[in-house]
Amino acid sequence: MLRIDCPWCGTRDEVEFSFGGESHLTRPTLDASDAVWSDYLFNKDNPKGIHFERWMHRFGCGRWFNVARDTLTHEIHAVYEMGAAKPDLAVKDPDS
Amino acid sequence: MTPSPTNRLTSGGRIDRTQPLSFRFNGKPLQGYSGDTIASALLANGIGTVNRSFKYHRPRGVMSAGVEETNALLTVSGGNGDIPVVRTTVRALVDGQLIKSPSGFPNVNFDLGRVLDFTHRFWAAGFYNKLFKWPSWRWYEGTVRRMAGLGKLPDGEDGNKYFHHNVHCDVLIVGAGPAGLAAALGCANSGARVLLVEQDHELGGSLLADGAQINAIDSDTWLSRTTSTLEDAANVTVMTSSTVSGYYDHNVLTITDRSTTGVVRFWKVRAKEVLLATGAFEQPLVFENNDRPGVMLANAAMTYVLRYAVKPAHVMVVATNNDTAYRVAFALHDNGVRVPAIVDSRENIAEEVSKEAGERGIPIMAGSVVLDTVGTKALTRVSVGRLSNDGRSTVDPTSVIACQGLAMSGGFNPNCSLYSQAGGSLRYDAQLACFVPDEEKACRQRVTVAGAANGKFSLADALTEGARAGSTVTGEAGFACSPAEVATSALGSYHLKAMRITPTGDTSRQWVDFAHDVTVADIELAVRENFVSVEHLKRYTTVGMAVDQGKTSNLNALTLLAELTDRSVEEVGTTTFRPPFMPVPMGAIAGPQHGDFYAPARLLPAHDWHVDHGAVFENYGPWKRPEYYATNGRDRETAIREEVLALRRSAGLFDGSPLGKIEITGPDAGEFLNRIYVNNALTLKPGRVRYGIMLSENGIVIDDGVFARLADDCYLVSTTTANADHITAWLEQWHQCEWPDLNLVISTVTSQWAVATLAGPNARTLLQEIESDIDFSVQALPHMTLTTGTFLGMHARVQRVSFSGEMSFEISVPALDGRQVMETLMNSGGDRITLIGIEALTILRTEKGYLHVGGDTDGMTNALDIGFGGIVARKKTDFVGKRSLLRGGDQRKDRRQFVGVEPLNDNEELESGAHFITSQREGRRSQGVVTSACFSPTLNRVIGLGLLEGGFARKGETVTVFDDGRTFDVRITDPTFYDPGGEKMNA
Repeated sequence: MLRIDCPWCGTRDEVEFSFGGESHLTRPTLDASDAVWSDYLFNKDNPKGIHFERWMHRFGCGRWFNVARDTLTHEIHAVYEMGAAKPDLAVKDPDS
Repeated sequence: MTPSPTNRLTSGGRIDRTQPLSFRFNGKPLQGYSGDTIASALLANGIGTVNRSFKYHRPRGVMSAGVEETNALLTVSGGNGDIPVVRTTVRALVDGQLIKSPSGFPNVNFDLGRVLDFTHRFWAAGFYNKLFKWPSWRWYEGTVRRMAGLGKLPDGEDGNKYFHHNVHCDVLIVGAGPAGLAAALGCANSGARVLLVEQDHELGGSLLADGAQINAIDSDTWLSRTTSTLEDAANVTVMTSSTVSGYYDHNVLTITDRSTTGVVRFWKVRAKEVLLATGAFEQPLVFENNDRPGVMLANAAMTYVLRYAVKPAHVMVVATNNDTAYRVAFALHDNGVRVPAIVDSRENIAEEVSKEAGERGIPIMAGSVVLDTVGTKALTRVSVGRLSNDGRSTVDPTSVIACQGLAMSGGFNPNCSLYSQAGGSLRYDAQLACFVPDEEKACRQRVTVAGAANGKFSLADALTEGARAGSTVTGEAGFACSPAEVATSALGSYHLKAMRITPTGDTSRQWVDFAHDVTVADIELAVRENFVSVEHLKRYTTVGMAVDQGKTSNLNALTLLAELTDRSVEEVGTTTFRPPFMPVPMGAIAGPQHGDFYAPARLLPAHDWHVDHGAVFENYGPWKRPEYYATNGRDRETAIREEVLALRRSAGLFDGSPLGKIEITGPDAGEFLNRIYVNNALTLKPGRVRYGIMLSENGIVIDDGVFARLADDCYLVSTTTANADHITAWLEQWHQCEWPDLNLVISTVTSQWAVATLAGPNARTLLQEIESDIDFSVQALPHMTLTTGTFLGMHARVQRVSFSGEMSFEISVPALDGRQVMETLMNSGGDRITLIGIEALTILRTEKGYLHVGGDTDGMTNALDIGFGGIVARKKTDFVGKRSLLRGGDQRKDRRQFVGVEPLNDNEELESGAHFITSQREGRRSQGVVTSACFSPTLNRVIGLGLLEGGFARKGETVTVFDDGRTFDVRITDPTFYDPGGEKMNA
């Protein structure tokens, strides 16, 4: 049960949000090869550590935004708007 | 007059002798007192055997005085029926309660099932995988399941009430034993919001049966003073009879609160800091027949004597590997229980305990272990042997001691379930021979462990550590707080010898897990068969998997596994703790969300009007919609058939209000929809309507419906009823995440509009009789157009779209006017209009060959499979899913394609779900499915729709259908059975 800091509404409980999977994906154009297209469709990152993902404040403002979440500890390192660049997070490897 | 309890002390304890309670055990009337648990009342009445064991049906008595109970899990009357698997060691006795032993045939004292015990060699671990191979497991299953049950679930409605609550706090203290209380005392008046949660109905934990001195006063007085201090502190909330059962991310914990009779409250707590003072579980000793009634944990014996004023037996031997059991022996002795011996596996006993034993005249048998016990329904004697010098065997002679009970202590194991759930690591402490929180490894949650849960088993250490931890976590939460002053003179020595398992004897009679009847021999067998990983051992032998989740068996099983595989316990490791720590009733998780409150029902704007017209409602997603109208007492079949025919003959009125309606407004609305729809949205002129489909990015059809252009910068998108919310969210995601530069707004208007659909050859004539400024003529309002105007004085949108295949007008008015439109049309039309339910509409659209996304398509159906190849080829620009349609696999000619089917024999019953199968010669495999089927009243024969491999090229072909054992032939046709030219629809 995460606590997520919606950039518009403030900190709310996870139950108010919907998860939208990995963020910062670039949608290939029609002339992309089958390999590039299937990579976009099916291959998602599943890191042990920081994951950049999108969430939507479903029972709130209805806005999508990005979250940098540690998949091991569930710590949320950053919340930032859709379209913004990945934040530079100096987080040490959880295994080290 | 019920007989007076035989094992009850005349004074002492925390029971109220002025409030006697009557109850029955297996029909026998007995008496207890307010303050008793069911188990303490049974013991007070000298009841030895309370249940039979799970597998061998051995007689079993009360084993503990807490949640770790493995034996006294009984059926108790309450609510609207008998509740099985009640932990009677923690459940308060209630006047008039009926207690039953769930197993034992014909009864618990004489159980024919005991034959399993006498033939136990056949039933070792995994027996069902080996013994019941012939003829098949199914042959035995019924009998095994009947014998293995833990009781029967009540049949009736659950009599309890369930509620959900949420709470935030700065400090959550779990457990109100010495450590938890010392911590809470320090936090009182610190200003922090403190929640102290205790699963017992009284605060105190081990102090409820202790008798030590704290701060120079006796512990009972200290406890009552502390309790009132905490209750008076405005910032401290005390919850009793409440069990913290789950620890989730970001410090969310769940509590099952049973403090009100007949009510279970399920709390979700969000805590800044959590302090776990969850105590420890005493571990049993393992020797032959260590499961007989009368054998119990030592601290349980102390609890029964001091808290409940009950002698567990009149003569009790104490067996131990540490100092704590001496206090138990003294308490038993001081309250009139004769203790003939303390059997201690240690050679050297500390003087501080041996001296006191000497003063009471209790003999100590040092360097000795219990070998075996005798007695069927109650203990009669135990045999004791002296350990050899290397401790791996015993030396003669064996002594036999007559007794009625045995109190055993194998030392303590911290209760680390919640800490482990929080992600905390445990380490094996060889000196304490148990698992303790590993302070070296950081836990991802804001959690601290104190007291016995942290391996501080003496009262003095638990109090000190609790007080210190309380002040630390309060400080972490941002509040100033100094540790409470707590000191005790109580005996604090432990001196554990890491030995719980008697090295000799028949291992198939030495129990490790009482609840699941797992013996040392079972563990040996598992190791012989190479189940040497702790996870494999657990699953193969089921050790620790019973309702108690191994609270008294896991540690002994791990120790044995380590010994048998020549590894250290550290190397063997432990299994993972998962929520819940204690079972949570399903009702508590559901809370009030059941029955009518399970999900809010959505009603049509004209719901009551439909009720008055005989509508029979069915749930379609959240909506209650008329399935058919039982007018004039018609049955379902007749009603549906007559509705279909009436619409085709004259006119039908259908309430289409739940249809999803989304408005897309803005200069880029057209561009946006052009990227969403397979169809071209930009070429659509204002006032025109187009049928479109939407695909997932993988090319799969996810929704269909019409979209209309209301103005240059405004579109109205219709979605299927069930998908309305989902499609809105999906459109938002594309707009916000992929194309935020497009200037538009998406708004759902589904419930703003009521929709009355009038369809049939007389539809236009009927509308023209109504007061309106709208020109309904075919020239002004042809099929697939939209207009707005005034209808009955209301603002209305009228759309020419058809799902039935007849001339059709969809009249949308503000939702509140929905009833008036339906009513006026019906009154004006009289016999010429018939109300149409969903079932009739389903037949009408099947006749017309219109597909239903999700019914006639599945998760593999792409745009090309339903005949959209031409439209896809003509549209040059990108849209969601287009790239996927370019893949070779998406364009194969043998994909499952949308077709019509009709049985060769008109009377054949065709059902959706039936498979098209290949011939015997080709190996009888499925080549598709029938997705819709019905008897068409219009055509007077059976028709259907389906998905068939290479279906487009197979029209006219005869294919065999397999349906639930039947096979018959059908002809593949075009999906459109009715009015293929569309003259009626375009009229």
